[in-house]
Amino acid sequence: MSSQKKKELFPYFNAILLGVLALCCLYPFIYVLSASFSSSDSVQAGRVWLWPVEANLESYAKVFEQKQIWVSYGNTLFYTIAGTALNLVLTIMGAYPLSKRRLAGRTAIGFFIAFTILFGAGLIPSYLNYKDLGLMDSRWAILFGGAVSAMNLIILRTFLQEIPEELEESAKIDGAHDWRILWQVYLPLSRPALATIGLFYAVGHWNSYFMAMILLRSESKIPLQVYLNKIIVQLQVPEEIKKTMDVMPYSPETVIYATIIVAIVPIILVYPMIQKHFVKGVMIGSLKG
Amino acid sequence: MRTEAMLEGSAKTAPGHNGGTTRRTLAGKVIFHLRRDLLLYLMLIPVLAYYVIFVYKPMGGLAIAFQDYSLFKGIRGSEWVGFENFERFFRSPYFFRNLKNTVLMNVCQTLFAFPAPIILALMLNEVRNYAYKRWIQTLTYLPYFVSVVVVAGIVTNFLAPTNGFINIVLDKLGFDKIYFLTLPEMFRPIYIISFDIWQNIGIGAIIYIAALAGINPELYEAAGMDGAGRWRKMWNISLPGIMPTVLILLLLNISNFIQVGHEAIILLYQPVTYETADVFSTYAYRTGLAQGNYDLGAAVGLFTNTVGLVLVVIANWVSRRFAGNGLW
Repeated sequence: MSSQKKKELFPYFNAILLGVLALCCLYPFIYVLSASFSSSDSVQAGRVWLWPVEANLESYAKVFEQKQIWVSYGNTLFYTIAGTALNLVLTIMGAYPLSKRRLAGRTAIGFFIAFTILFGAGLIPSYLNYKDLGLMDSRWAILFGGAVSAMNLIILRTFLQEIPEELEESAKIDGAHDWRILWQVYLPLSRPALATIGLFYAVGHWNSYFMAMILLRSESKIPLQVYLNKIIVQLQVPEEIKKTMDVMPYSPETVIYATIIVAIVPIILVYPMIQKHFVKGVMIGSLKG
Repeated sequence: MRTEAMLEGSAKTAPGHNGGTTRRTLAGKVIFHLRRDLLLYLMLIPVLAYYVIFVYKPMGGLAIAFQDYSLFKGIRGSEWVGFENFERFFRSPYFFRNLKNTVLMNVCQTLFAFPAPIILALMLNEVRNYAYKRWIQTLTYLPYFVSVVVVAGIVTNFLAPTNGFINIVLDKLGFDKIYFLTLPEMFRPIYIISFDIWQNIGIGAIIYIAALAGINPELYEAAGMDGAGRWRKMWNISLPGIMPTVLILLLLNISNFIQVGHEAIILLYQPVTYETADVFSTYAYRTGLAQGNYDLGAAVGLFTNTVGLVLVVIANWVSRRFAGNGLW
């Protein structure tokens, strides 16, 4: 009897626990959002829990006053778009030939690329290499630095390999040359895989900060994440806000929360669209072995 | 897994359609393949150039680990000192501290963060309401999509000494406020909960959810017929069903044992917490880049990358031997 009852209770218990867990994932975002719209006093006094208290747009005004956030936003957009385009072109150029079983030297080239997943030079020699190449404080460093990911190349190669070779043969019989076969047969068929790895690359560019932090010096070139690091992690009050602080005592918390919101809005907006592809990508990447 | 796909695919290289009746000379073969697949080879050139210039060339730069490297003299002009940099590192108090922190961080990750997505997947598997399941999944993926910097920013601000959310809660509950990020003993829990669990639990669960979806539903039906309850089914069907996936991921985990990511740690640690937070990669960054000891930093990097490689090879061998399945 009691075990029968337990069986009936379990689904509810499970569902509630999962709900709590999901809320734990969501709540920090809700809090940051509400705090960013609230008055500084109410945040400091701990009166903000769910909804904005004494709602105002002052902190957003302060965020948008800073030119640097726009500059770094623009840079991130540039790195994301140009970088992803370059990534995709190079990944296709690597994956397509390697997906042909007839290609002589395929094993060796494949190993040459896959080995880089297992062993790398590490941070210091890579940094010095950028220096040697004259890429310090250069936008090219950010674009070229991670131009191909071996993982993504392997994902795409595996995908292309599964497209039947007969398609290529029949296209050849119809007189198509190699470029055309790639462009009109293979690429349209691999759209899902391309969307997936394109997303991996794009999100990677959007979120990356470390190499930009060590390679770029000029504020005109730094991406959003490097700027965010200064404001929201190292808590350095931006110069432009400092000036107004002398006039009026101001706490930076709400500005920081507003900065976080401004930084994640694009991702949250596209999130519903990219989620599905991303999930698929994780599965292609992990299960196809 | 991914590497396996790569290497397994490569192993089956077809001999090509060369007819096989006439014996060709090496030069003849090369010309034959070049003529047939010229475009394919041309396509590979930029990719290979990338790997040579940005990945393999720096490996040559590892030579400075064996030098008294001077930025002005370069690799060619600097003096060779053998293993001096390594000895300096192994003898320094930092070596033991880094080793301890790296190992402890990994042990904690394996104990607490590794099972988290498995548990989430098993719980989600029990949810019958499809819409509810989707909602939970969508919400738990969410943190994965914001950057490490934003997560670090949220953590820093939530844990702030006076006005941080957590301290406000503690205060309201009548506890003393704590400046979490300056307490060495709090670093590991903070790091693991925020980055390994909060940010990654949802995305980590996907692969197990996929594995669970692949289990034959007849097994559950048959078990139900035999009177098995939820726990029995979970224990005797679901868990064994995802075991191969668990093993592969555990293997990947072990192969990364010596390399704890520096990106997130650098964002959160500070001199007072180095005692528990400093790992090999952060030390290499700090000493090598921030303080300009390039040779020492390169030696630390070479040491960890080599140990990492050896660990992957051993873990793969063990896995192939005992689980019949490896990364390659």
